[in-house]
Amino acid sequence: MLDLLLTTHPVLDNSWITLDFNALAQNFWSATFDGLTFGAIYGLIAVGYTLVYGVLNLINFAHSEVFIVGAYGVVMTLTALGFGPSAPTIGIGSIIADLLLALIVGMICSALMAFLLERIAYRPLRRRNAPRLAFLITAIGASFAVQYLIFVIRGANAEPAVTMFVNSPVFNVFGTIIFSQQIIIVIAAIVLMVATDLFIRRGRTGRGIRAVAQDPDTATLMGVNKERIIVITFVLGGLLAGAAALFYVMLVPSGVIYNGGFILGIKAFAAAVLGGIGNVRGALLGGLLLGIIGNYGQILLGDSQWADVVAFVVLVLVLLIRPTGILGTALGRSRA
Amino acid sequence: MSTSSDGPRILPDAESAREAIETESVVVKRHGPFVGLREKWDGLPRQGQWAWMLLVVALAYALPYLNVFPLTTEPGNDWPLACFSMAVYALVAVGLNVVVGYAGLLDLGYVAFFAVGSYTSALLTSPDSPLMKIPYLWTLPVGMAVAMIFGVILGVPTLRLRGDYLAIVTLGFGEIVRILATIIPAMKGQVGFQNVGHPPGTQADGIPIFANSNGTPWYWLTLTIIIIVTLLVGNLERSRVGRAWIAIREDEDAAETMGVPTFKYKVWAFAIGACVGGLSGALFAGQVGFVNNQKFDVQTSILFLAAVVLGGTGNKVGALIGGAIVAYIPLRFTAIADYKYLIFGVALVVLMIYRSQGLVPAKVRLLAYARKVRHRDAEPPAPAVRRGGTTEGAAS
Repeated sequence: MLDLLLTTHPVLDNSWITLDFNALAQNFWSATFDGLTFGAIYGLIAVGYTLVYGVLNLINFAHSEVFIVGAYGVVMTLTALGFGPSAPTIGIGSIIADLLLALIVGMICSALMAFLLERIAYRPLRRRNAPRLAFLITAIGASFAVQYLIFVIRGANAEPAVTMFVNSPVFNVFGTIIFSQQIIIVIAAIVLMVATDLFIRRGRTGRGIRAVAQDPDTATLMGVNKERIIVITFVLGGLLAGAAALFYVMLVPSGVIYNGGFILGIKAFAAAVLGGIGNVRGALLGGLLLGIIGNYGQILLGDSQWADVVAFVVLVLVLLIRPTGILGTALGRSRA
Repeated sequence: MSTSSDGPRILPDAESAREAIETESVVVKRHGPFVGLREKWDGLPRQGQWAWMLLVVALAYALPYLNVFPLTTEPGNDWPLACFSMAVYALVAVGLNVVVGYAGLLDLGYVAFFAVGSYTSALLTSPDSPLMKIPYLWTLPVGMAVAMIFGVILGVPTLRLRGDYLAIVTLGFGEIVRILATIIPAMKGQVGFQNVGHPPGTQADGIPIFANSNGTPWYWLTLTIIIIVTLLVGNLERSRVGRAWIAIREDEDAAETMGVPTFKYKVWAFAIGACVGGLSGALFAGQVGFVNNQKFDVQTSILFLAAVVLGGTGNKVGALIGGAIVAYIPLRFTAIADYKYLIFGVALVVLMIYRSQGLVPAKVRLLAYARKVRHRDAEPPAPAVRRGGTTEGAAS
């Protein structure tokens, strides 16, 4: 009924939805590269969702807070090291050293957050054999509690912007300039993902993770320490989220705010589902795809807020058509 | 929650989930500050129950005048308006309880239906809107209908998904509605709609009875609606539909196997929940007299969920109490109002760990003929039978 009124009424019938194919054609490649950069960050966060979902069958809503805590760690480290709103004038070597330090601090903060979350919120529930709804509600509650704990401590405003280096053009592809930032983020994300994938597919601990994902009881009978594996899974997801936090601060210098992780986290989860939840490679693929699709949608429809709408619609469509995601195979079923 | 899925599932966790539900229902039976009260209540004759109920209702109607020390709000918050706020949250909680409590579908975008109701009411009564104008009271049923349509539109594609996927999709839907309210020019974003209508009637001095600053009539209107909605929802709960919902909540596969058309009843739960959400949204819009895109964020959705979980998932009395508490605490203790989301977040975690059934646990009884069976069993004093799962049927 509302719809009917909207289309027939002369005042309401102004064009709030326009498909600007021209703009999309013009900005196609820059949109693609920007999408890939954001998508790499989604992918890194998505691994945390995928791993925890694989092992516990739980959407860890609080993973977005694991990420944002890492981002706070990164910003505070960089501010303490003297970085500010304008790019630093120190040598390239010391910049790299500082960034590595920030990366390590971010990863430690996120991993610690993930560990605490597991210990305080989820482990007591597992002890009590709580139903699955209880896990989900706990995850939401924990996410909220951490968000507003940060709000209480750091206030409603975003942290001051931190610029890490001059974002210089590197080379030209399809008439579009590629910036150093984009290259660093995408390559670093891919390297981290390959390392994670190898860790899960090759190592002894990785085998443990896959075993628990496949069948926790049998894995326990075979001598896998299930509790230890669960903790490792959370910490691993936290480490990657901490790395994502550094890239996020690099890309969106003034985006570190108490609720900044929430929507990003939901989109990262959408990315994990898109690629096939429980699948580490799928997380990266889904992240990159979601980043690109969101960017196209936002240019096509002419408002940056459309990116979120498009991302959710894509998520629903994928779930309806292919509920197991694009790559589909789950963590537990990937071959040893 | 269901134990198997359409989606990609890794753990065959049927066993642990069933054990979990069983332990859960045992816990439900044994603990709770209201258990003694409930046994007394069940032991009362029908007339006694009615008498007590009338007393409670009378007290509820008198609430705006009970502005006495331990109850009252802190300076700066008007007590009758606080009553109205509590009533709206309670109504929302009753609606969300149908979705989360009865049918076991975790809806994290419930605020979207609240928003749809509010916007419907605003669009059809505010002078800022170019649409045709109708009397405010008519916007209540219209808002319900529109919200219901939205519920069906959201439900039909998404309710084929199971549990946790549904949660994320509804969360996304809530965000989409909020973003659309911002982007679409006709929805006026943050500018919003002024002078939303109110029910007719003026006092002797020409001021409308249902003025924005006068909470009492609004509270009474909402309370009356709550009573009607609670009775209707209670009837539904005891009907075929309610039994189907509870069967779906307990084990969706088993329900499907036993011939319950699960998809249909899930859509029903969604539609009815959405309907109550739209109604409360329209009431809220009328009292505040102003609607813009600021009130309908994820935080509010989570607050609604906190209300249901706090009160007791699956119990309508619990939902009423939970909704009222969630609205009341930030108004009563303004010093902690800034911390309300932190407090409710922590409360959700702590509740899930120590008291997952909420303040007022859902009843454990045979779904259809509760009274008859209870009275039959009450004659031989056999608590084991009454507590045992077998004769009582599904734990609710």
